[in-house]
Amino acid sequence: MTENLIEIKNLKKHFKTPNGTVHAVDGISFDIKRGETVGIVGESGCGKTTTGRAAIRLIEPTAGQVFFEGKDIFSMGRRALNKARKDMQIIFQDPFSSLNPRMTVFDTIALPLKYHQIISGSKKVDIERRVIELMETVGLAERLINTYPHELDGGRRQRIGIARALAVEPKFIVCDEPVSALDVSIQAQILNLLKKLQKDRGLTFIFITHDLAVVKHFSDTIIVMYLGLEVEKAPANELFANPMHPYTKALLSAILVPKVGANKDRVALRGELSMPIDPPDECRFAPRCNYYNPAKCDKGRPPLIEVSPNHFVACHCIGPGGRNDLVLQ
Amino acid sequence: MENVGANGATRDSDLHDAETVLDVKDLVVHYVLEDETVEAVNGISFSLKKGQTLGLVGETGAGKTSTALAILNLVQMPPGVIKSGTINVCGAEVLKMTPKQLEKMRGKDVSMIFQDPMTALNPVMTVGEQIAESIKYHEGLSAKESMIKAEEMLELVGIPGIRSTEYPHQFSGGMKQRVVIAIALACNPQVLLADEPTSALDVTIQAQVLDMMRELKDKLGTALIMITHDLGVVAKVCDSVAVMYAGKIVEHGTLEDVFNTPMHPYTEGLFNSLPNIEDSAAELMPIPGLMPDPTKLPPGCAFEPRCRYAVEACKEPCEVRSISGTHKLLCTRYNEPEFRIDMERGEAQ
Repeated sequence: MTENLIEIKNLKKHFKTPNGTVHAVDGISFDIKRGETVGIVGESGCGKTTTGRAAIRLIEPTAGQVFFEGKDIFSMGRRALNKARKDMQIIFQDPFSSLNPRMTVFDTIALPLKYHQIISGSKKVDIERRVIELMETVGLAERLINTYPHELDGGRRQRIGIARALAVEPKFIVCDEPVSALDVSIQAQILNLLKKLQKDRGLTFIFITHDLAVVKHFSDTIIVMYLGLEVEKAPANELFANPMHPYTKALLSAILVPKVGANKDRVALRGELSMPIDPPDECRFAPRCNYYNPAKCDKGRPPLIEVSPNHFVACHCIGPGGRNDLVLQ
Repeated sequence: MENVGANGATRDSDLHDAETVLDVKDLVVHYVLEDETVEAVNGISFSLKKGQTLGLVGETGAGKTSTALAILNLVQMPPGVIKSGTINVCGAEVLKMTPKQLEKMRGKDVSMIFQDPMTALNPVMTVGEQIAESIKYHEGLSAKESMIKAEEMLELVGIPGIRSTEYPHQFSGGMKQRVVIAIALACNPQVLLADEPTSALDVTIQAQVLDMMRELKDKLGTALIMITHDLGVVAKVCDSVAVMYAGKIVEHGTLEDVFNTPMHPYTEGLFNSLPNIEDSAAELMPIPGLMPDPTKLPPGCAFEPRCRYAVEACKEPCEVRSISGTHKLLCTRYNEPEFRIDMERGEAQ
C-alpha cells in the first residue's frame, strides 16, 4: 500500500496581530503514506503545532489544501467534515489541560463513541464494554473507570487522551508532543504503546516534537521547520546520517547524548528565534546562520529542492546532486 | 575501578579540607499534612568541592528540589520540616543560622537558579535593578556602583550592558534565563544551585546557555549543583552524579562511574528508557509501573515494586555500599558477590 492517505498542499496560516501579520505557517506541502509517520521537528514558534492542527482542520488555514483520502477537507461542509473527523484524531501535548476535569474516565472515552454513534443502539452496557476494552488497550486498569483526571498522574492521563483518540477507530492521528510533559520512564511506556498501536492497527501519524531522539525513534520521514517554513525533509535515517541544511546541522549537534565525552564538538548558533511577523522575502535562517554569505544568500526565499532522492533542502548554498557551497563565515 | 577520575579518587578521604564548600549529611525533609506525611527527602548525604559540578538526577517527586531548598533553608514551613541532618556551607551550619545570618548567606555564599525564567523575574523592575539589588545588599556598594556592576554582569552573560534599563518582558526566554543567571552569579557565590535551568528553553538556546554556564563556572570557580532529569545535560556539564529515587540517593559516583558502569537497577532503567539516537530501531525498555506514593513509602527499597531484579531481601531496609572510592550504591542485591545488572547500553564507546 503506497497510496497517500494525506496530501497537504501549500498550507498557509497567518495570524493578524497589532504588530503585523504573523506567518506561522507559510507554504508547507507534504504527503503521508498509509501506515507511516511523518515527524515534524522545530523549536517553539516554528509552526509545527499550527501545521498539525490545520491538517485535521482544527483551525482554518489562510490558504492551501489538505486532502484526506483524496477529498479536500477544507471545502467540506459541516456534516461531511463531522463524518471525516471520525477518521482523524489528535493527541494533545498537555494531559493536564486537555481533559475535562468534570468528566470521569468513562465519560471522556464514551463521548466520541456516542457522538459518532460507533455502537449501534448505543446501549449503556455496550458502550461500557467498549470503554473497558479501550482502557485495556492503552493499559489503564478497569477500576479507574469512574475516577476523575485530578486523581490520576500524567502518564495515566495521557493514556486517557490516547484511548479517547482511538475510540472512533481513526485512520490518522496527529500526536502533538504526546510525551514532552512526562517523566522519562513514563515517556518510554507511552512511546512503546503508540508504536504498538500503529503496528496493530496500521495507523498513520503526524508526530510533532522538539525532541530529536524521540522523532528519530518514531518517524519514517522527518520535516524540519524553521519560522513557518520547511527547511529540510528526508527519510529519518537519511536526515540523521546526512543533514544538509545549516539549521538541521545545528539542531542535531545540539542533541545532548547521555554518554561521557559525547558532547564536545558542537555547532553553536548565534542569536535566538524571532517571530515571523511580515517576513521579507528572504532566507529566514540567514540572521543566525554560520554560513551566511550575502553574495549567495540574498536572493529571496530559497526554494525547497530535491537534492537526492526524497531528500529536500531549502538553502541557496545547496543544490541538486548534493551541490554544497556552504563556507563557514 | 580503572576509570575513577584523578580528582575523584581522593574525594572521600579529605572530605573536610578547605576545598569542601558544601557538605550535606543525613538530610531528611518531610511535608507534614493534616492526615499524612510526604516523605520527600529521606536521609541523603553528599559533599561538593570548590569548582566541582554535581548532577542531581531523578524524576518528578524524587526530592531534588526539596534538597536544594533545604540547602538554602527555604523549605516552606509549615508544612515542610527538616527533620534531621546537617548542611554545612563553607564551614557554617545552615540549619543553626539566625534569620539575619541566613539572609547574609543566601545569594552571597549560595544562590539558586530557578527552573522557569518567565516567573523568576519581577515584571515591574528593570533587569538592571534586579541584578543590582543583591549586589547592593551583599557587597555594600552604593546604588550607582551596584548598577555599574550589574551592567558588567549582563555583559558577562552575553547581554549588552545598555539593556539593563529594560524590563523582563522585553527579553526572550533564553535572554531571561541569562538574566536569572547573572543575578545568581552577581555576588560570586561559592555554590550555585541550578534547578532545571534549561528545561524551559529550546534546544539550540539550551546549548548556548549550558555552554555559557560551564564557561562561567570554570572562570569563577563556583561549585555547581545541576538538578535535572536530562541525562544528556548531566553528561555535558557534570563531573559527578547522584541519582535520586523516592528521596534517596540510589547511586552516586563520578560521571564515568555512573555513565560507563551504571550499577543500580533504577539507573539502568533510566538509560534504557531513552531513545537511542544511534540506533533508532532499538526498542525502548521502560521501567514498569509508577513512583511509589511518597506518603506510603515501603520500609525496604522504594524501587523494589518496579525492579526486575527484586527478591524477598529487597523488602528489608538497605545500607549504602561503597563500590570504589567514588562509586556508592544503595541496592541489597549487591550483597550477592555475583550480582550484575544486564545493561545492554551504557558501556564506554
